[in-house]
Amino acid sequence: MKSVSLALGAATLTAAFALPAFAQTEIQWWHSMTAVNGEWVNDLAKEFNAKQTQYKIVPTYKGSYDESMTAAVAAFRAGNAPHILQVFEVGTATMMASKGAIVPVGKVMKDAGEKFDPSAYVSAVAGYYTALNGQMLSFPFNSSTTVFYYNKDAFKAAGLDPEKAPATWPEVTLAAAKLKASGHKCPISLAWQGWTQLESFSAWHNVEFATKGNGLGGLDARMKINSPLHVRHIENLANMAKQGLFVYKGRANVPEASFISGECAMMTTSSGFYGNVKKNAKFAYGIAPLPYYPDAPGAPQNTVIGGASLWVMSGKKPEEYKGIAAFFTYLSSPEVQSASHKRTGYLPITTAAYQLTEQSGFYKENPGTDVAVNQMIRKTTDKSRGIRLGNYVQIRTIEDEELEQVWGGKKTAKEALDSIVQRGNELLERFEKANKS
Amino acid sequence: MASEKRVVFKSGWLPWALLAPQAVVIAVFFFWPAAQALLQSLQQSDAFGTSVEWVGLENFRNLWNDPTYLASFKTTAIFSVLVAVLGLALSLMLAIFADRVIKGAAFYKTLLIWPYAVAPAVAGVLWLFMFAPGMGIVSYALGAAGFEWNHLLNGTHAMTLIVMAAVWKQISYNFLFFLAGLQSIPKSLIEAAAIDGARPWRRFWTMQLPLLSPTTFFLLVINIVYAFFDTFAIVDAATKGGPGKDTSILVYKVYYDGFKAMDLGGSAAQSVVLMVIVVALTVVQFRFVEKKVNYQ
Repeated sequence: MKSVSLALGAATLTAAFALPAFAQTEIQWWHSMTAVNGEWVNDLAKEFNAKQTQYKIVPTYKGSYDESMTAAVAAFRAGNAPHILQVFEVGTATMMASKGAIVPVGKVMKDAGEKFDPSAYVSAVAGYYTALNGQMLSFPFNSSTTVFYYNKDAFKAAGLDPEKAPATWPEVTLAAAKLKASGHKCPISLAWQGWTQLESFSAWHNVEFATKGNGLGGLDARMKINSPLHVRHIENLANMAKQGLFVYKGRANVPEASFISGECAMMTTSSGFYGNVKKNAKFAYGIAPLPYYPDAPGAPQNTVIGGASLWVMSGKKPEEYKGIAAFFTYLSSPEVQSASHKRTGYLPITTAAYQLTEQSGFYKENPGTDVAVNQMIRKTTDKSRGIRLGNYVQIRTIEDEELEQVWGGKKTAKEALDSIVQRGNELLERFEKANKS
Repeated sequence: MASEKRVVFKSGWLPWALLAPQAVVIAVFFFWPAAQALLQSLQQSDAFGTSVEWVGLENFRNLWNDPTYLASFKTTAIFSVLVAVLGLALSLMLAIFADRVIKGAAFYKTLLIWPYAVAPAVAGVLWLFMFAPGMGIVSYALGAAGFEWNHLLNGTHAMTLIVMAAVWKQISYNFLFFLAGLQSIPKSLIEAAAIDGARPWRRFWTMQLPLLSPTTFFLLVINIVYAFFDTFAIVDAATKGGPGKDTSILVYKVYYDGFKAMDLGGSAAQSVVLMVIVVALTVVQFRFVEKKVNYQ
């Protein structure tokens, strides 16, 4: 008994001494932002730390998205996960399924008594990170979507109107043919081919990518991307590849370099590519909405979200969760969000931030920066709300593998899409089985 | 034979104590991870390991049911044979030339050893830069010569690219051993053969190569293991297994599924398969190939 009371006494003593003056609660934040965007993350933390003295946000760069996620998994298993982890959109289903490892953001905010209104967020953004029961699981942070970039100088040289971007795929094909005729070696290339040509393409044309509301409605979703419209589009691109109108430049964002260098005149990729183009392109460029098929009913609808969100890890102290909640409240303010949007090209994720940005005249001064926003802030349908599937990292790779065989002429569009559906469904079944609870 | 001096430990525990440090190192760094892989291959869990389920052999069944996994055995076989054969042949050639060089030998040797200091991922990127379609120096030169290089869509080109990078990376290692082997062959033997009228080519085939056989055998084992295990960084940097799955060798899939896709069970099952293959290959090499090796 004596030793217990002694220990208690010692504990109270240390607490009494430690708490008042220097009791700044440190909150670890692992992220994957580099260069310009890395500075942005550091500035956010610095500003928040300067505003109050109770908490200290410590941002740490932990490698690319998949690297930082792997690092967090290892850290969690060893018992020292960070408080906040930035996870890319393809990792969302994995995080959601790891119930023991995370704390829903909705719960963090409620427990801390912070005001938090999910309906303030753009619905295509908030819906993506919200569970079936309506609870917001992660905090939307840097969201992007797919847009179309084109080289105005190249358009001019080919006799095309540089102020009028091709709005539909038939128009893209025509423009590509003219560019080629004028001697352009790479009229169009596609970055993030799975994301831009299958995922966003589906939402944009209001066709299902997968059942169960594209996976938002449950783990038993199965893929549907071998529909006639999908086949038609991939066939169309395969024909363009055969004629040298579309030139394949690699997976993920590798093709982006060929737009910056001027080699490729048109490109579909992330709206987050804007900062890079603005800084490095030595030609006049334009940003336009993704092309669509004019005869497809319901097109254009809206495009899907990319980017990342912030997840709160489990097993931390109540005090630390309070700090996280305070930080998220700070990040949610329209001023902070609008400033971030202007700085990075990522989407303004609340309606208020969008309005604030518009009022400031930013979109007028920087034409094209509102394209991504306009594509996203529309009313969504069950088919366009977003795509959230388990084992998604692998499914993206399957999309790459199969599409490459189409561009290389080894498979027809139908064969490749059927194969994506079949291989993807096997992964979905496995994920469902591993995560049933 | 009876006069041979035999040293026997009198104490029962001393030999074990002397062996202990090595045994501990092997247990901690080899057997423990291998046992972990074996255990994990029988489990399925979410990424964070909060729910672990024993699934028996299901991870293995999933592999057999995946035609692309079975196809990657063929890819791996082609890749490994090419890397081992080309790597050994080229470095043997270089070693023979370096062995004959008299002036500036140290300079040549140093240059040839350099690539070994390059990390596999960097090797992959270097070769990727040279062969990047449209931009790389070599692919540009090939294009000018009328040959269109495109490893992004042509599987053969992609395989050629990673084989070149993997061979280049390993040449230094092989070279060092071959050179040491060549230099340990007594000069008098070669001279005697030369006096008997054997030309260099004949001297190589009938004397140097047989005398090098222990080195060659050792390097064959090492190179096969290298091609099987140490090349995923090159693949990851140069082709990511593409186009399609044309360069997706077994170890790359282990790395990809485990570290990128975080399917630890599936990845562990693949490591176990890989382990079995390499053990089997090594046994075969020691039982059959080694019989032809002349240790003098």
